[in-house]
Amino acid sequence: MKVLIASPLHSYVKAREVEAAGATLREMLADLDRRFPGIRFRMVDEQGSIRKHMRFFVNGAQVFDVEQALQPSDEVQIVQALSGG
Amino acid sequence: MPRKSAKPSAKRRKPAAQAGRGRKKAHRNLLLVATRKGAWLFHGDKTRRNWQVDGPHFLGQIIHHFVLDPRDGRTLLAAASTGHLGPTIFRSTDFGRSWTEAKRPPAFAKAANGQQGRTVKRTFWLTPAHANEPNVWYAGTSPQGLFRSEDGGVTWEAFSGLNDDPQYRAWMGSEQDGTPDGPMLHSIIVDPRDPAHLYFAMSSGGVHETTDGGRSWTPMVQGMAVVDGFDAGNLAFHDPHCVRLCPSNPDRLYQQNHCGIYRLDRPSKKWIRIGETMPRRVGDVGFPMVVHPRDDKTAWVLPMDGQTVWPRTSVEGKPCVYGTRNGGKTWRRFDDGFPKNQVWWTVKRQAMTADTQNPVGLYFGTTSGELWMSRNEGGSWTSIARHLPEIYAVEAADIE
Repeated sequence: MKVLIASPLHSYVKAREVEAAGATLREMLADLDRRFPGIRFRMVDEQGSIRKHMRFFVNGAQVFDVEQALQPSDEVQIVQALSGG
Repeated sequence: MPRKSAKPSAKRRKPAAQAGRGRKKAHRNLLLVATRKGAWLFHGDKTRRNWQVDGPHFLGQIIHHFVLDPRDGRTLLAAASTGHLGPTIFRSTDFGRSWTEAKRPPAFAKAANGQQGRTVKRTFWLTPAHANEPNVWYAGTSPQGLFRSEDGGVTWEAFSGLNDDPQYRAWMGSEQDGTPDGPMLHSIIVDPRDPAHLYFAMSSGGVHETTDGGRSWTPMVQGMAVVDGFDAGNLAFHDPHCVRLCPSNPDRLYQQNHCGIYRLDRPSKKWIRIGETMPRRVGDVGFPMVVHPRDDKTAWVLPMDGQTVWPRTSVEGKPCVYGTRNGGKTWRRFDDGFPKNQVWWTVKRQAMTADTQNPVGLYFGTTSGELWMSRNEGGSWTSIARHLPEIYAVEAADIE
């Protein structure tokens, strides 16, 4: 699936979008972390929760659970939420 | 993580290729400045009158602490986070020309199903371990956690079982019990005579000691005051702001606390309040505590206003440093060179330090982004930089 990467994470992937695999958001993030070590922990904390100022959208709709099912045809957007100046 | 290129500036250091071999050795003093928007290195010559700025590194990232490993004189660790991303630690072995990210930053254990786990909001404090333990580092986090790396900061593990100890969790309190920036574990101190002898402090949670490499810990809060009306016997009410050990006498420690300035002479376990000899209108509230590298009777503090609603700014708008030459029996005011009125600085606990030169250089950074120094142990002060972002930490290092 296509994954659009928020700018704070470009230093990991060196691109605005990448292809990734996984049947759930959690698996997709694990796939990203295998290829771009460290990237997952900056989005998801050690308890498995999405960090406060990160947002995930699947085909334009926000998802809140890392167990969200994904299809290979889905487009995932990783977005930074407002976090102050 | 690639190195963040810095903006060109007339005062910036030339890249190594332009600077030529050996140029770096011409700089003997190094300041490491961590700010809310990135990190800076200031390279000073032997006179400490000329400083070349190298930065920003990690522009836009929050750098909580920025430390040079004194054991090899070249490894830098930077504790980082951003407004959006989780916390991590970056490492450089070439004075910031390139950075690599920790493979496993400090993180709490995952909670069992149905249990509420903690998450590291940021690594707040970095301490290199004993000189005989190369590549070992300790880290303190917010909320309070103690971690150790044995590979130079690449991977980090919880240290000593403290993070999940029920008694220590009770003393740590909830996240609402900490400072406005969150609760934190800080002031990790390694006895230069014994790598198994450590101290640390928690805001809140008191001061603690181990003599067996972390297998067991003993609270060390006797003599320390808490806010009026609270029980000093409850460690959750103790808020040590900064604890320092005297390099020239590892049996002597100084502490700046939320409730006063203290000295501890081991083997005693009772802190002696030495801040009551400060002028009453100045008080003995502040954040940093700085000790002399060769004289255990000499230390410095930077008073903050702790009255009424705790402004935590320069008392009466008149900034000053106070120093003692006799272990806290008397204090002397130092403010030569500072603006005299309408100055409302705040200086955080990690943002004041000393070098090891003779006379000792003192340095501090303000939350308003000013970097100041004294080349004569506080006698007079001069500004090194203005208009930096909010300064969180300042460390001084000597490089050969």
